[in-house]
Amino acid sequence: MAGKTVTRAQLSEAVYQEVGLSRNESADLVESVLEEIGKSLIRGDTVKVSSFGSFYVREKGQRVGRNPKTGEEVPILPRRVLVFRPSHVLKDRINSGLSKSEG
Amino acid sequence: MVKSELIMRLAEMNPHLYQRDIERIVTTIFDEISAALARGDRVELRGFGAFSVKRRAARVARNPRTGAAVRVEEKHVPFFKTGKELRAALNQPRPAETK
Repeated sequence: MAGKTVTRAQLSEAVYQEVGLSRNESADLVESVLEEIGKSLIRGDTVKVSSFGSFYVREKGQRVGRNPKTGEEVPILPRRVLVFRPSHVLKDRINSGLSKSEG
Repeated sequence: MVKSELIMRLAEMNPHLYQRDIERIVTTIFDEISAALARGDRVELRGFGAFSVKRRAARVARNPRTGAAVRVEEKHVPFFKTGKELRAALNQPRPAETK
């Protein structure tokens, strides 16, 4: 693994370089994009981004889990989890990118 | 919501920007995330979630139709882990469906 971490800062910088907006406004737009995606998902909506992937919410039923430390049984309540399904384009891009650089 | 709807929403929130610029912004963000993953980097967006790449070892699988053994090469798959805040927000009791 290359092991570097990209954060909001780099995404904002990329937006800043791409469009003629101030650094501040670029950062705000990155934030708005994440926020709008989040809001949609909270509403239960699926978010699809072509050639990237889709995010959707899955409803999980109640089940019995265990505290791994004590072995004690605890009920896991019904909950909503977010699932990301990468598109084929993204999967292919990752595999062609990494097979070149990694042994 | 699909990408074009996301762009429209952002355009409504930012009437001072051209829609084509918003389009470029959204494309740039996802492109930047994809490029990072293709380099093997992680993308960490606090509160939202983190994208990373996981290695899947080579294995011998079977063609389910014929039962023939097939070699599957090592590959890398993108992975998303939901951030704490978003995970909590998904499970918050929602105030009676406001739009």
